[in-house]
Amino acid sequence: MKTTPSYSVKNVSRRQFLKSSSGVALLIGASGLLPHLISCKDSKKVREQLKKHELTAWVQITEDGQITIYNPAAEMGQGSMTALPLVFAEEMDADWSKVNVEFSPQESDIYGSEGWVPGSKLMFTVGSRTTKSYYPVMRKAGAQARYVLLLSVANQWKVPIGELTTMDSYVIHENSDRKISYGDVVPYLTMPGTLPDFNATGLKNPKDFRLIGSNIPRTEIPEKVNGSAQFAIDIRLPDMVYGVLERGELNGAKPSLKNEAEILGMDGVLKVVPFNYAIGIIAITLEGALNAKKSLKIDWSDAQAKGFNSQEIYPTYIKIASDNKKGETVNEIGNVDRAMKTAAKTYEVDFKNDYVYHAQMEPLNAVMQVAEDLKSAEIWVGSQQGPDTKLGIPDLLGIPHEAVKVHLQYLGGGFGRRSMNDFVLECGTLAREMAPLPVKLVWTREDDVTYGAFRPLSLQRLKACIDAEGKLTGFNHCVVGDGGNLVASGARNDHYNIPNQLVEWREASHGIRLKHWRSVGHGPNKFAIESMLDEIAYDQNIDPVELRKTLMAKSPRALATLEKAAEMAEWKVPSPEGRAKGVAFVEHGSLGTGICEISVDHNTGNIKVHRFWIALDAGVVVQPDNVRAQMEGGVIMGISSVLKEQITLVDGKVQQSNYHDYNLLRIQEVPDSVETTIIPSAEHPEGVGETATPMVASAIANAFLKLTGKRLRHLPFSRERVLEALNS
Amino acid sequence: MPTYTLNINNTSYDADVAEGTSLLWVLREHLGLTGTKYSCGIAQCGTCTIHVDDNPVRACILQVENLANGQKIRTIEGLSEKGDHPLQEAWIAAQAPQCGYCQPGQIMQAAALLDKNPTPTREEIKSHMNSILCRCGTYLRVIKAVELASETKSQAT
Repeated sequence: MKTTPSYSVKNVSRRQFLKSSSGVALLIGASGLLPHLISCKDSKKVREQLKKHELTAWVQITEDGQITIYNPAAEMGQGSMTALPLVFAEEMDADWSKVNVEFSPQESDIYGSEGWVPGSKLMFTVGSRTTKSYYPVMRKAGAQARYVLLLSVANQWKVPIGELTTMDSYVIHENSDRKISYGDVVPYLTMPGTLPDFNATGLKNPKDFRLIGSNIPRTEIPEKVNGSAQFAIDIRLPDMVYGVLERGELNGAKPSLKNEAEILGMDGVLKVVPFNYAIGIIAITLEGALNAKKSLKIDWSDAQAKGFNSQEIYPTYIKIASDNKKGETVNEIGNVDRAMKTAAKTYEVDFKNDYVYHAQMEPLNAVMQVAEDLKSAEIWVGSQQGPDTKLGIPDLLGIPHEAVKVHLQYLGGGFGRRSMNDFVLECGTLAREMAPLPVKLVWTREDDVTYGAFRPLSLQRLKACIDAEGKLTGFNHCVVGDGGNLVASGARNDHYNIPNQLVEWREASHGIRLKHWRSVGHGPNKFAIESMLDEIAYDQNIDPVELRKTLMAKSPRALATLEKAAEMAEWKVPSPEGRAKGVAFVEHGSLGTGICEISVDHNTGNIKVHRFWIALDAGVVVQPDNVRAQMEGGVIMGISSVLKEQITLVDGKVQQSNYHDYNLLRIQEVPDSVETTIIPSAEHPEGVGETATPMVASAIANAFLKLTGKRLRHLPFSRERVLEALNS
Repeated sequence: MPTYTLNINNTSYDADVAEGTSLLWVLREHLGLTGTKYSCGIAQCGTCTIHVDDNPVRACILQVENLANGQKIRTIEGLSEKGDHPLQEAWIAAQAPQCGYCQPGQIMQAAALLDKNPTPTREEIKSHMNSILCRCGTYLRVIKAVELASETKSQAT
């Protein structure tokens, strides 16, 4: 049976857009590709040209002035669907009300931005890198689009290009008092052989920005409130069938299916597909597939994780931290050992954190259709993309990269989980079995939790020393845990002037699935660092803000966030009876200081966060209101994880399975306010998605120390742990 | 396979599904009303909130045969014709959604509140909305949006 993908599916429709609109498409290529003009009146030529240049477009403009700008990044709630096209429109001088935004094709040569390797091109929505890395890309591409319009008008009117200006989708020639709308330029667009590079010059002076820095509503919000916003799980294609997997409770265990004939005999079951870690079922309906999944009888092999009890591992970690054998050095300044030996006083504190789960609201899923000849494939997926923009499917199917088409959909939450494309490969395996029928793979919430990939459990042993004048002279940060950078990120102190510092990582491995979780190692490591500073301040009877001011003396941007947050929170004004404030500083691209005010219920152990203040320096801010939204969400996700969230393993098996036993913060538990002050800056934009979350743990722990004189050193601060601390 | 006739958004739909099928799968996978989302399947997160006879309920734990007796089912697609229900407009004004996945459930839960109590206090809003989870942490803007819609509604009457 041959099926055609439905073109009602959004973001598949670029070709349709062109066909349905009269006029000309202006395709401006990046990465040295030349721009091309296409007359839409000649549909055959359109198809030819599109085939040739389908992947070179950042923008299209039609005679009615409608402008379509392509967003190269995943949209998972962080606002890329607005921020990146807005930067483009700013340089193009486009009338924003005429701009429509669509996802770009997943082709990193054309649509990538620089990754961690200089000169690389990457489509990867991770690490809060989107606005930071695409800012120069979108400015240049927008300026090039504007240049083509200017050049075309200059040729038509026979005036020097230097006499032309633009404003709100108009080209203006003041000397002759003429102006023409961008749409009206379309019939006589002329393409230069090459486009100016606009790397250093020719871009707008930031003081002339009309869009960047304004509160422009996000483009995709209307469809997110009327139910029409499309996530991958919403895709329905003709003749689509449904796939589910039963994975082992023990990561790495191999299945042996005992009742295949019974399963295949169930109503609507089409196929049983074995994986080396799971049994897959394909059925005509989702409910049919889920019923069959419940009926599976599987024997599972043992695996590395067997015998691992997460809550009993800490004594082993303490031993590893106490071992004389050093781990991998992450950062070293001066000589910490010598500083410790000559110190007036030393401190040593262990901090711990349990596993946490992403809990993105849309469970993992994907839809995929493999052609009958197995030589091409289409995928509909919510993914944070990856080094391979085709998400590993070309390798899986043994087909060329260009034969795989990825239709990126909105992500119902990412938080790092969707930068791992295990679920896409699962869908590919099922779709290959069912070719040419499209297959929708759905993970249940139970699958999503029990086969989760967690932020690792870890231990931070911090040692610090002060000299006779009370100056912090040494800081030693030893991280013990699985996953390298997953546990080590955020352990450096680049904004604290401490002459001797050492960060080292010591490995432990338990065969547990791990993944980046919003802010990665910054969560546990900032908790440890910022709590340690307050423990020293408490012992030395120094105000925690004053201590940090001294340390930030050589980092004026960090210091400005600290001073601003202290001002916002009226730090020096004592809190009402029963409440106290705590402070924490975080650098995660952007720099931010957060202050919270809490109270504690001594009977239940419940901590309530009443207010949260943040001062943030993120360089140039493209969308201020969206940055505030990221601070609000980051703080609330932070409070949720710090007070409530915990994955535990017994004998290698995850003990939680759904929201009834993996609790998230609910609306009755939110602070009364989260206030953000954005510090004006002309510096390059920095990411904001992961700066607020890692402030929360230590801000709460530090407020708790001030309020009760007791210490919280193990995440999460469950009611039991709070009561234990209060009674200690 | 039995056929169930459902009254959804004042339209009659026939669904040929097995007895016991979750209303959520019927809405989403059989009828294409995908605005109602799946997230937990055990009535813990509220993402699949719809109205049955004007009451907010979780579609995931309802079985189709119990909804085929003329009950009035309303989903996000039926809340307004043009996405201009006061709550939807308030949601846009407050720029409430982030990833957006839980928001149809949030809005349907809020709509049921304002139908019965057009001017809720902040505490009443929080109490009523507590059954709907949001992982992005949009709760403060959800509260703001419900308050905005409540003001619009009370000014209009």
